[in-house]
Amino acid sequence: MTRMITFLILVAATLPTSMAGDWRQFRGNAANSVAAGESLPTELSGDTIAWKTKLPGRGLSGPIVIGGQVFVSASSGYAQDRLHVISIDAATGKQQWEREFIATGRTLTHDKMCNATPTMASDGQWVFAFFSSNDLICLDLAGNLQWFRGFGSEFPNASNSLGMSSSPVVVGNTVVVQVESDAESFACGVDVESGVTIWQIDRPRAANWTSPSILPATDQQSALVLLQSSKGLTAVDPVSGTIVWNFDQGASTIPSATVDSGSIVIPSNGLTAIRPARDNSLEQLWNSSSISPGTSSPVVVDGWAFALNSAGVLSAGDTKTGERLWQLRLRGSFSSTPITANGYLYLFNEDGIAFVVKPEKDKGIIVSELDLAEKILCSPGAANGALYVRSDEHLFKIAERH
Amino acid sequence: MELRIARICALLLTMATTSSVRADDISAAIDALRAVQPGAVDSAAARDAVHELTTGGSPALMPLLHGFRDASPLAVNWMRNAFEQITDAETKAGRELPQQELEDFVRDQNQSPFARRLVYETLKRSDAGIEDRLIPEMLLDASPEFRRDAVARFISEASAIPDAAEATPLYRKAFQGAVHEDQVKTIAEALRRNKEEVDIQRHFGFLPQWSIVGPFDNKEEKGFAVAYGPELEVNASKDPDPQSEYDGQSDKVRWQSIATTDDYGVVDIAKQIENYKGSLMYASTTWTSDKEQQAEIRLGTPNSWKLWVNGQLVFAREEYHRSSQLDQYRVPVTLKAGSNTLLLKICQNEQTQDWAQRYQFQIRICNSTGSAILPTTGTARSEIGSGVQQ
Repeated sequence: MTRMITFLILVAATLPTSMAGDWRQFRGNAANSVAAGESLPTELSGDTIAWKTKLPGRGLSGPIVIGGQVFVSASSGYAQDRLHVISIDAATGKQQWEREFIATGRTLTHDKMCNATPTMASDGQWVFAFFSSNDLICLDLAGNLQWFRGFGSEFPNASNSLGMSSSPVVVGNTVVVQVESDAESFACGVDVESGVTIWQIDRPRAANWTSPSILPATDQQSALVLLQSSKGLTAVDPVSGTIVWNFDQGASTIPSATVDSGSIVIPSNGLTAIRPARDNSLEQLWNSSSISPGTSSPVVVDGWAFALNSAGVLSAGDTKTGERLWQLRLRGSFSSTPITANGYLYLFNEDGIAFVVKPEKDKGIIVSELDLAEKILCSPGAANGALYVRSDEHLFKIAERH
Repeated sequence: MELRIARICALLLTMATTSSVRADDISAAIDALRAVQPGAVDSAAARDAVHELTTGGSPALMPLLHGFRDASPLAVNWMRNAFEQITDAETKAGRELPQQELEDFVRDQNQSPFARRLVYETLKRSDAGIEDRLIPEMLLDASPEFRRDAVARFISEASAIPDAAEATPLYRKAFQGAVHEDQVKTIAEALRRNKEEVDIQRHFGFLPQWSIVGPFDNKEEKGFAVAYGPELEVNASKDPDPQSEYDGQSDKVRWQSIATTDDYGVVDIAKQIENYKGSLMYASTTWTSDKEQQAEIRLGTPNSWKLWVNGQLVFAREEYHRSSQLDQYRVPVTLKAGSNTLLLKICQNEQTQDWAQRYQFQIRICNSTGSAILPTTGTARSEIGSGVQQ
């Protein structure tokens, strides 16, 4: 009996930490920008800044949260060839550890971007940091290196002189990375534990900054990874790399598709909503050229489809028809993708002003604003009642004071 | 007294925790990290090796650092992680690192620049004076990061001097070590304001003299994959023949000379010849080396390109108008003693946007620090740039 209890304790200790309350990758656990079950502060003010922590170098990558740890990547050095992975205590904002690596691929980017543009991902047991240089680094939660993939040196032509931004996603035991450029393109599934490539497929040879989305499993179909490009959207089995279906009507190369209740909203000719049938045929639900995202990916929740253009105009559409319902002009330029929690939208402009917007039937209402006074290009994360967002200089935690 | 007792306790604890790890085990673990291959196929062995080294604690540090030398980039990253884990653990345990031994390591230019910089930054966290002790000596260091720090100090010192004549020698000194574009620009601007001659082109090792032939057809970007006359010659193991005449895009074409006086070695085909849309050109030059040596050819261009060195295709890149920057591409090559022939295929597409009209390239030859390697027949037009490798 004692041996059994010991065994169970050991097994429990090796299990991934709970997913509840985590924010595990770009646009959250489901890669759809929805902070399900989270209740975030809506009246933002200086008092809701729980802490801010200095970060090294530069970074456009968003934070991820696993249990009580917040992880963020950064890059530094004249050539942006220093790669940083930092773990910060979510409760105190104190740095727990920092690991630094040297890029093995090309590090040049447009001035607005930097090597640390893709957001990290995690399965709860390990974290995966990906960079514009196509270096994919796996660490455990204590900062011990598990494996290192230098796709930049393995595939030296798969780079973009303006920089790469696609964030990886984790589906089951696979990390999926999308590495697409004019000169060479591929996507691959990497085993989370070993770092070995389990499948690799050719992708359209064209510059592409989008990130994979996830179509959750149904009774008939296991979860699929959705890879977007200028050609359209391709659904791939994350276990085998098999292509399951293709949407070939073209799509944007910057904002990424999002998924809501089995429907997929694609930045394609404005926004286009499709639904795959059981036989993997695709039904187009609607198309709306009047709801068109800029750099930010669309957000779909509670019957609304939101698109934010780069000039700060937020458009809300009806997810049943695609009809545009209202527009709200915010201030400033926007690069980051908003998130939604508890019926509110959280949007950050490039000047560092946060907007909390309450969507209503015929209008959007700005509930509160908070000026962080630092350039913000990343998409925020949300976990355990707190919002996390980073500039080049700092990581901020925004939460209610208790 | 209490501190002394604590240190003795810490030392005893170190000995207790490390006595089980033999030097042979440390050496084997370092060998395992140095052997790590792309594809993550040997990650499990690498993780075991890191564990072995971290168990070894502080005594593993110096052998580990020596193991960085000539290691692959992947191995360097594994060894960095081991170093960080050991030093984190030692710091948390209140044990001191072997400061003097580590500082001596930073000074040793025979060691890996990555390892030396890693140690320097580790020591700097608890030793603010290390910068003043080490950096001024590092103007011509094998690490571009140390050079950058040293150059920055000279620039700062020079810019604080109101008298231009007094500042000039400091700027000249800074120029010797500068390998980064921003610092070179700052120094050159200051020197030129002081009416000093500055040869940026030579300092960086740009190749300003070329023979060029074209245009050949690249409509619909199809020409990138087509081997035209000069490429056929190189494929047949012949150097480009300067007397050759080829069938060009619309007429017969012949080699012509082209030279650039641009500071940054930009050969501007659109301005100096013509922006033939949907075309490609071949450019060739020779570069004389007094010995066989490793070097980097660094190229900047917004156009697609292929590069051959002594008849060998060393890289091909099909990407149009995604920016052009100094050192945009770094191609490692082995140069032979004597004359080396470079052949560049440079392709323009038919994009009509304003930002897609550049048709140009800049090429330089340097070592891994970015410091120019000059050809043996190179002409020295200025004392400035004496930091370059001849």
